Formats: sequence, C-alpha cells, structure tokens
Amino acid sequence: MLDQANFLVPPIYYVALSGILFILGMVGVLLRRNAILIFMSVELMLNSANLAFVAFARSFLDVNGQVFVFFVMTVAAVEVAVGLALIVAIFRTRRSIDIDELHSMEG
Amino acid sequence: MIGYILFGLVALVAIVSAVGMLLSTNAIHAALFLVINLICIALFYLGLNAPFLAMVQITVYAGAIMVLFLFVIMLLGAEQVTLKSQLKWQAPLAIVLAVVMIAATFLLFFNVQASGGLSPLAPISEDPRQTETFGSPYAVGEVLFGAYLLPFEMTGVLLLVAMIGAIILTRNEAGGMRDEQRAASNE
Amino acid sequence: MIDFLTLTIEAAIKAALMILSLLTGFAYTTLLERRFIARIQQRVGPNRAGPWGLLQPAADGIKVIFKEDIIPNGADKVIFTLAPALTAIPALIILAVVPLGGDVNVFGYRTSLALTSTNVGVLYILAVTSISVYGITLAGWSSANKYAMLGGLRSTAQMISYELAMGLSILAPVMVVGSMSLADIIDAQKNVWLVVYQPIAGLIFIITMYAETNRAPFDLPEAEQELTAGFHTEYSGMKFAAFYMAEYMKMIGVSVIAATLFFGGYRLFGLENLLGGWMGPVILIGKVMLSLLLFVWIRATLPRFRYDRLMDFGWKVLLPIALANAAITAVLVVLDPWWYRLI
Repeated sequence: MLDQANFLVPPIYYVALSGILFILGMVGVLLRRNAILIFMSVELMLNSANLAFVAFARSFLDVNGQVFVFFVMTVAAVEVAVGLALIVAIFRTRRSIDIDELHSMEG
Repeated sequence: MIGYILFGLVALVAIVSAVGMLLSTNAIHAALFLVINLICIALFYLGLNAPFLAMVQITVYAGAIMVLFLFVIMLLGAEQVTLKSQLKWQAPLAIVLAVVMIAATFLLFFNVQASGGLSPLAPISEDPRQTETFGSPYAVGEVLFGAYLLPFEMTGVLLLVAMIGAIILTRNEAGGMRDEQRAASNE
Repeated sequence: MIDFLTLTIEAAIKAALMILSLLTGFAYTTLLERRFIARIQQRVGPNRAGPWGLLQPAADGIKVIFKEDIIPNGADKVIFTLAPALTAIPALIILAVVPLGGDVNVFGYRTSLALTSTNVGVLYILAVTSISVYGITLAGWSSANKYAMLGGLRSTAQMISYELAMGLSILAPVMVVGSMSLADIIDAQKNVWLVVYQPIAGLIFIITMYAETNRAPFDLPEAEQELTAGFHTEYSGMKFAAFYMAEYMKMIGVSVIAATLFFGGYRLFGLENLLGGWMGPVILIGKVMLSLLLFVWIRATLPRFRYDRLMDFGWKVLLPIALANAAITAVLVVLDPWWYRLI
C-alpha cells in the first residue's frame, strides 16, 4: 500500500473548489440563453455539490455522504432524460431552444 | 506534497474546462468541456477515497448523461449557439455576483485554514484496513441497502416514471411511427 | 518517498509493457485475420513480406505513415483530430485492472503481473467501455459528412444498447463470486470456470462483445454497402490507422476480459504455476488467440444484421434474458443451494 500521507489533500481544498465550480455553473445559468447550455450548467452545479458531499464524507469518515451522491446522480439522470425530452418537444414546435424566444406565455 | 501538486493540476483543468463550457459558442464543444470537467471530478473522488463513486460518476455522467446531450444536440442540429442575450443587464450582474461569491469562498477557505482546517484526516491513515474498505462497493452497498433501502426503491420508481415521461414527451402526435420514419418526416 | 518512487517506476514499466504488447498484438491480429480469412475463403493471403508474411504489419504501418493526411474543408478540425485518439485511448487503458498472471520474480524483485488490483475493477471496465463511444460519435459528427454522421450515430446507439446487456451479464459472475475485484474473480475459478455456473451470462457476454467492438455480424457502423465506410469515411493516413488500431485492440481487450470473467483468466488447472509463474500470461495469450480466431471465423461466415433487427435483438431478446438471468442468479446466491457453491 502506498504511503497515504503523500497523497492526502485536506477536504477543505475540495470544498473550496466545489464552491468555485458551483459559482461557475451559476454564472452559466445566468449568462447563457440556450436551454441545452443552461441544462449543462445545472449539471455542473449538481456535480460541485456532489464533490462537497464526498469531501465532507471523507472528512467525517461517514459513508452516508457517498450514498447521497449516489442518489443525486440517479436523480440527475432522471432530470436529464425528462429535460432533454422537453427540449426536443419544444424544438419540434418552435424550431428554437433559445429561452429568450420562448415567451408566448407572458401575454 | 505530491498530493497537492496533483490536486492543483486537476483542479486547474476542472476550472478551465468549466469556463470553456461557459464561453463556447458550439454546443458540442461545450458538452465536451463538461465531460472533461466530470472526469476531473471523478479523479477527485478517487483522491477522497470514494473509488466506487468515481467509477459510477464516469459511467453515469460521462458515459450516459453526456452522450444523451451529444445525441440531442447532433440530432436537432442545434450546434451553433450565441452568447448574446436580450437581457442586457444580466451578464454584468452575473459577473459581479460571481466575483463577489468567489471572493467569499476564498475568505471562508482562509478563515477555516487559519482556525485549523476542517476535522483532521488522521483516523483513516492510522488504520490501513479502514482505508481499504472506506468507500468501497461493499461499504456503500451496505448503507444503500440498509438504512436507505426505501429511498433506493423509490429511485427505481422515479426512473420508471422518467422513462415513461420521456417516451410520451417525444412521441409524435401521429403515433405508431417507427423512429426512422419519424426522423425522416422531421427533416 | 523512496517507496513512492519505486512504486511509480514499477507501475510505469508495467504500463509501458502492457501498451507495447497491446500494440504488437494489434499488428499481428491484423495478419492473423487476413491469413485465417484467406484460408477460409481458399485463398493464400499476404505471404510475400518476410517468412509466412510475418513482416506484413510493418509494411502496412510504413505505407499508412506515408499516406496523405486529409482534413475535409467543413470539418471541425480540433475534434476531427482528437476523435481517433479518443477512440484509441479507452482501448489502451481498459486492461489496466486485469491481472495477466500471478506473482513472478524479475531479477530477484517479486512483483505481480497486474498493473493494479482494485476492488472496483469490474466497474472500471464498465466505465471505460461507456466512454469509448465518444471517439466514434465525434468522428462521425466532425467529418461534416452525412454517411459518417449516420455511421457514428448508429454505432453509438448500438454500443449503448448492447452495453446494458453486457453490464447485466457481467453482474452475474460478480454476484456469484461476491467481489468486483478481477483478481478475486480469477481466484474463484481455480477449479471450475465461471461459465459452468453462468452459461447464459457467458453467452450473452460473448454476443455483446461483438457488438461493442463493432465487428461482424454487428458491423453496421461501417456497413460499406450502405454507408461507404461509416464514421471513418473521411479519415486517411495515420488517423485512419488509429481507428483500425482501436478496433483490434478492443478485440484483444474484450477477449482478455471474457477469458478473465468466464474462462479462468490466466489459470488453467494449476498449469499457470509452471516456469515460476510465467506460464500464466502464456495461457492467457492462448485463450485470447482462440477468441480472436472465433472473431475472424464469425466475420468470414455470418452475414450482417439489418439495423432494426440489431436493435430489436439487443433490446427485446438479450436485455430481458440478461435481466432474468441476473434475477435468478441473485435468488440462487441468496438461497445458496449445495449444488451452486463455488468449489
């Protein structure tokens, strides 16, 4: 077995990184107007949250955090399946997935 | 020391790929940047003693979810995307917000560092047997099928519902058409 | 620190050896395929370069290096260049978790003939197969060619569909052994191969193996009669060679995995301990050769599937059978009857 001490990075570094990635994902949701790209940014945010979960799981040596990440991944897969189906349905009727052009509900 | 260097390199790749995703004008490129980012996160999971999650991350995210994204982008022919927005005030606001929040993250990080970091990492390296088993498929499975059995079953139901929903949403109004015919009639 | 350095160097040497042997294996698999197919079709096959044509792969390599490297005008240049590498890398790294032999002595230094042993080995294999679709999809898309695009999409759809059945068929031996480490799975087959316990899973794995490598009778992505050459229509020179290389290395890779999961890996009734442990890799190579010959034999004899039948077969036949097999195996593992215990 490798000498673990050489490889250990304190979980706080991972938590900080997950914060930065979350902010980048948030900027993506605010900046981009394309539904698919907004979706991808949401995925990035979910992943950064997962990273924080795993980092804290490691920090407290509690495997519950990892199980949560497992559930988040499942729900993300569900969300993507339904979300992309919605995008395809919208594209069929409107020929566009730019959310600025999808304002027929505003009256 | 080696750990810090590796972490820094992978973190750099993760951040650069995330920024690349935000700024690319081609949806396929954006998706590929996100794939790089997801693989970086899988590497972080390995560094955090979560090998099971790392492999699931690659299989589920890189192997299934992002392929689905690529498929939809390619089949819709929606590769070209613009950076322009009708809400002019939103971009500067988002950037200001991001800068403030990143500053806050660093502030918190240095605060925690100054106060001695999160909880110490010692326990795991003291007992090598625990290092082997923590985060292994066995350990995760034991909790997943023990304490979280009901949520686990419910995700099964959720997946079924999503599957039915996706099929109904993408079904053609005409109905009864095969995929190929539908694709042809959409051209 | 010294410990870390030794381990790094050891791993690097093993990885380099593994890549080298995969590349050599690829070169000679092409020759094997051409000679064996020629035999089946009552031809002679390439026998001019060197004795029995043994230098043919080198000649092919030199030819391909000197070919002009064409990038189409409308292509997405970066992705067009990246796609061959993205196809070849998964094929190169998939064997990292598979033990190729037991422990051996090299100049007095005792080491195991496995790059790494991890308790998520099976998941690693699934992860690598799941990312290997990228290269082909992107090659098809970036070529800006309708045939290439169709070939790429076909291939992705096919690989994703058959991956499900493959994953479920891998699940069965994992449940029987109770471990995801490939070393444990091989150790469990000391006396009886797992294919005896899991004949259906073994058969499904072998069928899906052909679909995952895009080989006949599932070579729809490059069906030349309908799609000219599928996803690599626009590729030439070394880039084309990279796709070719990836296909053959994938064949070797899945053969090793099939041998490991169902046919005892490097073990053959204790014979692997001969020659100080060096007999293990030789036995494994023998098993892989048999599998490769089967690949070629099937290509020479079976016609190609029609695309809709391929999908129907994957989703309506293989997947339900694999699911039922996994469920029955789970029940058997829990009940643990005397006739289903590992010997």
